Amino acid sequence: MPKVVYVSPAGDAREIDVPAGTTVMAAALKNGIDGIVAECGGVCMCSTCHVFVDEKFFDQLPPAQDTEEAVLEISAVERQPTSRLSCQIKVTDNLDGLIVRLPLKQR
Amino acid sequence: MKNGTVIIGSGQAGFQTAASLRTEGYEEKITLIGEEPHIPYQRPPLSKGFPLGTQDFESIELRPEQFYQDHQIDLLAGEKVAAIEGAARQVKLESGRLFPYEKLVLAVGARNRTLSLKGAELDGVLYLRSLDEAVVVKDRLKNAQNIVVIGGGFIGLELAAVACSLGKSVTVLEALPRLMPRVVAPLISDFYRELHKSKGVKVVCGASVSEMEGLGGKVRGVLLTDGTQYSADLVLIGVGVVPNIELAQNAGLRIANGIAVNEYLHTNNENIFAIGDCAEHPCVFANARIRLESVQNAADQAQCVAATIAGRRNVYRALPWFWTDQFDVKLQMAGISHGHDCVVARGNAESRKLSVFYFKAGRLIAIDSINRPLDHMMGRKLIANRVQLTPEQAADESVDLKKMASSSGTAHS
Repeated sequence: MPKVVYVSPAGDAREIDVPAGTTVMAAALKNGIDGIVAECGGVCMCSTCHVFVDEKFFDQLPPAQDTEEAVLEISAVERQPTSRLSCQIKVTDNLDGLIVRLPLKQR
Repeated sequence: MKNGTVIIGSGQAGFQTAASLRTEGYEEKITLIGEEPHIPYQRPPLSKGFPLGTQDFESIELRPEQFYQDHQIDLLAGEKVAAIEGAARQVKLESGRLFPYEKLVLAVGARNRTLSLKGAELDGVLYLRSLDEAVVVKDRLKNAQNIVVIGGGFIGLELAAVACSLGKSVTVLEALPRLMPRVVAPLISDFYRELHKSKGVKVVCGASVSEMEGLGGKVRGVLLTDGTQYSADLVLIGVGVVPNIELAQNAGLRIANGIAVNEYLHTNNENIFAIGDCAEHPCVFANARIRLESVQNAADQAQCVAATIAGRRNVYRALPWFWTDQFDVKLQMAGISHGHDCVVARGNAESRKLSVFYFKAGRLIAIDSINRPLDHMMGRKLIANRVQLTPEQAADESVDLKKMASSSGTAHS
């Protein structure tokens, strides 16, 4: 099963086994990762599941759609070049080891 | 040991209050009491992915059960509150248990408005608000063929889209002359009428329902006052909600169109707050006292009250936003368009990329967007920060909304 590493703003890393097909957001909620709020439930209406994707993995992700790009414009912590919404990242076997960093705040 | 905070209602607002209290560093006891026999879940998918079969219960839980233990939130599911005893500062459950509180948050929500028409009690006439009701709707959709939806608002149209996508024959009956008449401009109503028609949904506006016809206790059709009949083996009704005010009323709290609260979301009892679908609050963006039924309103009001209870007194001033998903189209709405005196479009319906900007006395008050997500997100900033935008600029696609919005700080997400 692919692993995803969530890194808190303080730098603490937690490695979670995530079934392929699950989103990075859903896996965070299921495993009690603080720092993902997911207010809208994963429909690209809020920015509260914002993450910074590790550069090594960023280019392996399918590119963000327009709706996601637009939401990133209103994130509570300003977007960076590797910003994504974790509700739009589906974990695959190829993404094993994916590292995402959580912003200081989501709201 | 202090009594802490008791929250009545375990929907989005109640859940978010509990969660945000902990995020805010609140260390007292938190008791979250819900009538439904489930852990808190998201309601929006109940009229979208859940009946369609693309989302199951696990995927719509707001948090897994473990969350409540991890955050020391006492979750009481399936418990009904009998009374709020304000003088004694305690809540009494129907089971007789008493919960004293220091602060009480009413997140009691709303319930479906029901139609008191002949035949309304027939088998196959359904409403949708709760998960249990959604389970029934999903189940009945399996074997139904002819579905009549009464109400051309968000819930009715979302259900119509689901039923149509499942291959059913669907008719939508809306009493007013156009779809979603209370919330969107005619341009948007027209777009959605065409969208539904193009998928095979029959849309009837100005339809005045007279009765539901049945045979052997089961619904067979819907009759309009003009004599038109529509056969149906399933009737889904989505004609709005009424706020649950009774507990508050019996406790002597002030009631208007909902439980009345001030800009801090306080009721007229300083220890009791009301938030979410049940709360009538002053809204700076509507310049009026309003009651909203939305995820944004529930979550932002919860956050506001949690901060206040945790010691960071907080005026509520979040910008309202909404969405509806029908077929493959998402309508995104920012602001409150009520009372607008000028409407301009950016883009057009033919390209399926359309935003409608609403102005009141020369000021931008709301934007509805179809497949123009950047307009929506920038709209939130423009409206929240009261950026001066003229109707001419709104209609002119060469005017960069992002640039205009970025000069004005950040919007609340």
